[in-house]
Amino acid sequence: METAQPTVLTTEGLEGLLGALRRRGYRVVGPTIRDQAIIYDDIASITDLPQGWTDTQEGGSYRLARRENDALFGYAVGPHSWKKFLHPPVLRLWRAERDAGGRRIVPEPDPDERFAFIGVRACDLHAIAIQDKVFLQSTQVDPHYRARREDAFIVAVNCAVAGGTCFCVSMNTGPKAEAGFDLALTEMLGEEEHRFLVEAGTDAGCAILAELPHNSPATTDDLCAATAIVARTAGSMGREMRSDDMHELLLRNLSHSRWDEVAKRCLTCGNCTMVCPTCFCTSVEESSDLAGVETSRSRRWDSCFTMDFSYIHGGSVRSTVRSRYRQWMTHKLATWFDQFGTSGCVGCGRCITWCPVGIDITEEVNAIREIEPQ
Amino acid sequence: MVAARHRPRLAVWKFASCDGCQLSLLDCEDELLAMAAAVEIAYFPEATRGTIVGRYDISLVEGSITTPHDAQRIRDVRQRSRVLVTIGACATSGGIQALRNFADVQEYASVVYARPEFINTLASSTPIADHVPVDFELRGCPINKRQALEVISAYLATRQPVTPSHSVCIECKLKGNVCVMVAHGTPCLGPVTHAGCGALCPSYDRGCYGCYGPKETPNAPPLSQRLAELGMDECTLQRVYRSFNANAEPFREESERHGP
Ligand code: SF4
Ligand code: SF4
Ligand code: SF4
Ligand code: SF4
Repeated sequence: METAQPTVLTTEGLEGLLGALRRRGYRVVGPTIRDQAIIYDDIASITDLPQGWTDTQEGGSYRLARRENDALFGYAVGPHSWKKFLHPPVLRLWRAERDAGGRRIVPEPDPDERFAFIGVRACDLHAIAIQDKVFLQSTQVDPHYRARREDAFIVAVNCAVAGGTCFCVSMNTGPKAEAGFDLALTEMLGEEEHRFLVEAGTDAGCAILAELPHNSPATTDDLCAATAIVARTAGSMGREMRSDDMHELLLRNLSHSRWDEVAKRCLTCGNCTMVCPTCFCTSVEESSDLAGVETSRSRRWDSCFTMDFSYIHGGSVRSTVRSRYRQWMTHKLATWFDQFGTSGCVGCGRCITWCPVGIDITEEVNAIREIEPQ
Repeated sequence: MVAARHRPRLAVWKFASCDGCQLSLLDCEDELLAMAAAVEIAYFPEATRGTIVGRYDISLVEGSITTPHDAQRIRDVRQRSRVLVTIGACATSGGIQALRNFADVQEYASVVYARPEFINTLASSTPIADHVPVDFELRGCPINKRQALEVISAYLATRQPVTPSHSVCIECKLKGNVCVMVAHGTPCLGPVTHAGCGALCPSYDRGCYGCYGPKETPNAPPLSQRLAELGMDECTLQRVYRSFNANAEPFREESERHGP
């Protein structure tokens, strides 16, 4: 990669970036407000970004709030994650038709769009890297994920505020974007200025940066300011959890009474797995029409909280709430290491915020740690 | 081979109900021709004037059992049917009319009817499965037409219908909805309710009303506690579980925890 010096962009320069991406044929998606939350959807211009908004997050609660300034990225992650684009919730895999001539299998065409993601946070860069491992770096490459992932362009944002349920610092996944992006922004907002420090992570990032207007080399002061912003965020995490011994801690406590206690509160609704940016499980479903001439196979996100998920001949292996919650948490934090060599949790906090009853993965781990039966 | 297929005989039966589920079937306008080609609609009082004769390959049963006569008639229907599928909250749990199960029917009748002595009714409203063996239950108040077509198509293809019994939340998240409970503080029964509607109400900014009844492993007490934190009083808490599926065991139990 050519090395590019960090650059400073104005808000006009940021608008120019969106335009340049669109001209290159990307479908540009990023944060925007819908139904009183910051979700990810198509953005036509920087005016679609949630300027001047932030969020207040706690276990089971999310509220938008006004900021005192006009930051474009002054909030944490919301209910959506980028997996909705790379690993769509429902996806037809193929269909088949039957006529006088016999049977014909019609493969599902690859999507004809390339994504540019705007505002990917450090935790989510790690989540994408984890799903890359799951879908691309095993013996079975997932062609559907690859078709969406291969040409995606990623514009990361270093977090200037930590959400109430964030714990990326505990998981060593943030708040600074270290790798896995084409460009990374740090939003710098002062009395008289609204600028973005931009670092390029790939050749594609360098190339696009070079052609942007309103672009000037960063000064040492700019670099220091950006570092200070990220450091301040790191110091204000909403949650904390010791994570270096997770694998051993959980696997030696599979009979801990805390699993029974959390089972009393858990609704087995599956929200935590749906919002988690690394959960990848799907179920495959068949459908056929009334006339019996067309059939199709599709896959949709599934969750280890459903009974069907662990159904084998004779019934569900994990019929109790306890066993399902334990499966989820031990997979995220322990057995993921055995399977993929990393943690399955990046500390984004979504499962805490979007759990209707506010069950908190960090609190559950801490509770298990506190009272370990000898 | 496709054309020569024997057309199975289909019947639709009505017991104590509002006809809403039958209307959902009629609402399959675009598919009715394909349906008529695939099955012989032999008895469907809401749609045709056919008569009850002989036997049926598949019977769709709407409504609950509320009279001694119906308790007898459902046995006849069962005997005439190779496969019996109950459709809707009335048939699968007793329906809204099962509110009588929590009250005194005689008292209701004396208030509602001018000549209550002509009313011959049972003390309770019960689902079809309490009376005869049922092959498949399709939930909803009313049923979802897409799911109804799925059940019939699956029967024709001799495969399992895809009607997952997990929470409404999963459907809600598949659609990319923002959770109304977490983001707006709107009470929602989605976490304990059986999927099938496609998270209809949360998609329109409302909480789920529980039309599809309890999901596979509902854990209502912690949800009720959350609803109470959101400002619901005991009386309302009792009432949210006492609607179309009031008689479904997990909802009945939970409603009884919040009052008589
Ligand atoms: S387990 Fe929770 S905190 Fe961890 S990555 Fe998943 S949603 Fe985020
Ligand atoms: S936690 Fe559950 S849903 Fe998520 S990846 Fe693991 S098994 Fe799948
Ligand atoms: S932990 Fe929360 S979100 Fe996850 S299944 Fe349980 S109640 Fe639902
Ligand atoms: S809105 Fe209701 S159904 Fe949707 S996720 Fe939230 S609690 Fe579940």
